[in-house]
Amino acid sequence: MLKTLLRLMSKTDRKYALTTPLLIVGEVAMETTIPLMMARIVDVGIANSDMGYVFRSGIIMMLMALVSLFFGAGAARTASVASTGFAASIRQAVFFKIQDFSFGNIDKFSTSSLLTRLTTDINNIQMSTMMVIRTCVRAPFMFAMALFMAVSINARLAAVFLVAVPVIVIVVAIVSKLAMPKFRMLLRKIDDLNRVVQENLAGIRVVKAFVREPYEDKKFNETTTEVRNAQLSAERLIIINMPVMQMVIYACIVAILWFGGNMIIVGGMQTGQLISFITYVTQILMSLMMISMIFIQLVNSKASGDRVVEILNEPLEINDENANPSLKLDDGSIRFEDVAFSYQHDIMNCAVRHIDLDIKSGETVGIIGGTGSSKSSLVQLIPRLYDVTAGRVIVGGHDVREYKLDVLRNDVSMVLQKNVLFSGTIADNLRWGNEHATMDEIKDACRDACADEFISSFPDGYMTDLGQGGVNVSGGQKQRLCIARALLKKPKIIILDDSTSAVDTETDARIRGAFRTKLKDTTTIIIAQRISSIEDADKIIVMDNGRISAQGTHYELMESCDIYREIYDSQQKGAE
Amino acid sequence: MPPTRQTGFKKPKDTKKTALRLLSYFSEYKAQLIAVVICVILSSGANVYGTYMLKPIIDDYIVPLIGAENPAISGFLMSILLLLFAYIIGAFSSWMYNRIMVTISSGVLYTIRNQLFVKMQKLPIKYFDTHTHGDVMSRYTNDADAIRMMMSQSVPQLVSSLLTVVSVFIMMIILSPLLTILVIVMLFIIFGVISFVGKRSALYFKRQQNALGAVNGYVEEMIEGQKVVKVFCHEDKSKEKFTDINNALRHASSNANTFANILFPIMGNLSYLHYALTAMVGAALTIHSGNSDAGFFALTIGALTAFLQYTRSFSQPITQMSQQINAILNAMAGAERIFQVIDEKPEVDDGKATIARVVVEPDGRIIEVNHRTGRWAWKRFGKNGETVFNEVKGRVEFKNVTFSYDGKKTILSDISLVAEPGKKIAFVGSTGAGKTTITNLINRFYDVPDGKITYDGIPINNIKKDDLRRSLGMVLQDTHLFTGTVMDNIRYGKLDATDEDCIEAAKIANAHWFITHLPNGYNTMLTADGENLSQGQRQLLAIARAAVEDPPALILDEATSSIDTRTEKLIEKGMDGLMKGRTVFVIAHRLSTVRNADMIIVLEHGKIIEQGSHDELIAKRGKYYQLYTGAFELD
Repeated sequence: MLKTLLRLMSKTDRKYALTTPLLIVGEVAMETTIPLMMARIVDVGIANSDMGYVFRSGIIMMLMALVSLFFGAGAARTASVASTGFAASIRQAVFFKIQDFSFGNIDKFSTSSLLTRLTTDINNIQMSTMMVIRTCVRAPFMFAMALFMAVSINARLAAVFLVAVPVIVIVVAIVSKLAMPKFRMLLRKIDDLNRVVQENLAGIRVVKAFVREPYEDKKFNETTTEVRNAQLSAERLIIINMPVMQMVIYACIVAILWFGGNMIIVGGMQTGQLISFITYVTQILMSLMMISMIFIQLVNSKASGDRVVEILNEPLEINDENANPSLKLDDGSIRFEDVAFSYQHDIMNCAVRHIDLDIKSGETVGIIGGTGSSKSSLVQLIPRLYDVTAGRVIVGGHDVREYKLDVLRNDVSMVLQKNVLFSGTIADNLRWGNEHATMDEIKDACRDACADEFISSFPDGYMTDLGQGGVNVSGGQKQRLCIARALLKKPKIIILDDSTSAVDTETDARIRGAFRTKLKDTTTIIIAQRISSIEDADKIIVMDNGRISAQGTHYELMESCDIYREIYDSQQKGAE
Repeated sequence: MPPTRQTGFKKPKDTKKTALRLLSYFSEYKAQLIAVVICVILSSGANVYGTYMLKPIIDDYIVPLIGAENPAISGFLMSILLLLFAYIIGAFSSWMYNRIMVTISSGVLYTIRNQLFVKMQKLPIKYFDTHTHGDVMSRYTNDADAIRMMMSQSVPQLVSSLLTVVSVFIMMIILSPLLTILVIVMLFIIFGVISFVGKRSALYFKRQQNALGAVNGYVEEMIEGQKVVKVFCHEDKSKEKFTDINNALRHASSNANTFANILFPIMGNLSYLHYALTAMVGAALTIHSGNSDAGFFALTIGALTAFLQYTRSFSQPITQMSQQINAILNAMAGAERIFQVIDEKPEVDDGKATIARVVVEPDGRIIEVNHRTGRWAWKRFGKNGETVFNEVKGRVEFKNVTFSYDGKKTILSDISLVAEPGKKIAFVGSTGAGKTTITNLINRFYDVPDGKITYDGIPINNIKKDDLRRSLGMVLQDTHLFTGTVMDNIRYGKLDATDEDCIEAAKIANAHWFITHLPNGYNTMLTADGENLSQGQRQLLAIARAAVEDPPALILDEATSSIDTRTEKLIEKGMDGLMKGRTVFVIAHRLSTVRNADMIIVLEHGKIIEQGSHDELIAKRGKYYQLYTGAFELD
């Protein structure tokens, strides 16, 4: 996991990340020398009443503190630059990867989980990075330097660390080890709590309609009780660390005062040394605490790292590396040869199977069938949004896998069932189809999609701002804009996946009329719920349970196909 | 959509009021709080005292005894033991107050969370219309978390830092008034640095928040529309734009983080500078007092040692305090947002009439009973306090109802209609015509002020809300399932239903067949909102849920919209069974669904434009006829 992420760090950031420990080494060197200087002031300066020595040493110490300040501030800067830069690189890599996802990959992750990875998880990584590059050198180096100083002052006295260090290491290790699963449990309980609230919010009308407020209260109360208990058991344990730490430092100070004091009395040590020794105790033991904190932080952010890497390592289901870059579509013909397709790549569990289909360039084809009959699954194979599990899809004379994806998709325009508009003006959104489209071309496409009228009725016309997700237009208007956007591509094949369900029949008919007259040479595939939307197609395909159960014109199917007739009857057009 | 986390500091509006209110949650922990205060005092006291002890130990025992032949160390030992004792008390106290605070904070949080949720259940639907889920959720997550942090960390640390700073300062004056002047100079520098860095930090933090908002907004929009991006080969464009705003964020956050991180090293090293200065001046003073009678300036080695230790422990608490105050303000803002919800007006419910299980005697008398009879009555109190029963029939009447959600845009105007018991009433009309609003008024999701809607002759405002809703089964457009088994979800309609009741209900809804084909049948766990079921299957479960409730009246709001017309034909029989003998309100835009209704009401722009049976309306050749013959389609 770490390797994958570290590879993303840019050269500059790497430089900053490596500079930080260097600066910190400088800072720590100063921090650990200052107490020694102080000891010299007491033991040499005061003892000999040497004012000159005192001032000389004092000024050197102050200079050292200034240098240390410079190093410390510098390290804070470099660490910030490196970690935020690193986070930005990861964010970019993850976002780019998601852009490269094929439909199969997108289906695997929910929108909210992708968003959490891009926000919270990467933020966690940034914080850990900062912490690690600032303390992973600082803590051990401080420990070593202070210990070295202490031993060089008085090795016998330094023996207290032989007791103190193991005690701290053991206590912190045991407490952390015991606390870790408890904290994980706490996080799980908090997740549960959030889930209960989320479900309640989403289903508040159901809750109220069934008068289940007391039941929900009880359910929530059980969750909060569990959260409370988990919190108590986790935090009660972890708070032991701090007082133990304190006590060990205190005990060391007392021991040093006692043994050191006795050494001074018998002449084996000097007062100033004793004072500096006490400072080293704090430095040594605090650096141990810092090391334990790094571990906790790393463990906490490991989950975040794993989630991010999961995206980065997700194998792309579709790629066009082996495609022929110069290959173009000959025309708008489509042929399916014994195609089977499974979302799970499992031939035993196919969404569509045994599909043989021949559509000539310029034909209009209607597809109809019940919910779950895999109409959408079938047409999504044409622009290669998914790859077939078996068989071949031949579009414009070649297997779809032979084209570059953008070549194929620019010639096969698809209006999705669940469609989305983006924030920006209407014109901005339409230009998704063709970024160089002139205003005339845009208006033309809108006229064909019967969108021109309502757009002109807006005060700002084509410059109307749609708001995030296109909230400022109604469902039917949105669908027409999506059709216009697809038309702007001037594709050889256009696929409408239930794209006029919110448009009234009359307008629907007008759109189809425009398609017939102006897009004569464009192959048009229409998936619809309403028979009226497809009855005048050159060919109608009836899907049932993942298979083509019949194909023909409206009149042929009314004669020969039971399902088609049933659908027709269930829609009951016209009086009985 | 999860709440997009905004981790920026928010400022509370009325800190004092919020703080006092938050304090009231601690009233049941008075004894513990007193214990906490004592422990905090003991803990920082022990620390300050311990450092002070350096002076007598060095000056009175170590220095005088240097070179002594037979040093009398008993006094030395005594003071060392005293020191140890003080330290033990200090460490123990700090463990104690941390432990007590954990108990208190988890308890307070528990109370606040429960209060928040219980209140949320009582809020009118309107509240949920005007607040996003993310907004409400963040009170349970971010805001509650901020309060927890404040209680278990910020406040104890702030108190202990404050105590330490004050007592260290006093000890410094006692040890050496002259050196304390240096401390005061130092304090000015510290505050200067804190305010300088703090101001810039706040500025860059704000910029970072804006940049973060831009990135989050963009990412959210692109990922929502990821499939469209693919279809239009828009990947490169979207990467390009992302790179721009991501770089802006990188820039802003590297500055924000720099200023946030730089404070600690600066303060730490300023403290070293102070330490060096003190050591130098102090040493000079000591030498000076050793040579002559220095009086006011006198300083011993022991005093210098203790003073130097104090300088090291002086700046850190100040830095910490400045950070804790930010955290506390943040928590106050969170508490304010939580209290806001707790203070919201709950749903109005002045109704007195309740629903009761009854048996009807042969002579027509109605007697309340405790067991299931399949018959229900409204229970009211007459003028003289006597109990009055009238049987629940399911007759709903609207008299000239006009309604608006926001007081501006009229949704329903002058609606009058009568739904006779056991009849099926269908509402037809395009989106926004007011169909759902009518049903929302019947079950009082929204209130029409005066008794213009009656249920069995009783104005619905006079019926207790819970009892009113219990008498109305609902299958909504947005079916909502809860985490749990299929059986649990059906049982949601009636908590004491047996497994057999639930299976029976599933059969009525024609859901039994697909449920038995699920991996674990009725015991299949449904994940968040039933993602593993198709929309149509979820609707069938919602129908089963209403069936098990077995209410006198039913509201079906687009209950079959996601079920294709063929499947709908299949479950029609079950639906007929479910609807038999009940008053049913049906909303559907598919006309085949409403054809067999006893009365069809055609709505347009909140007005009833036609009503009558299917045949009557067809004969009338009006709007319904147009719709039905396909000359006009609904959106």
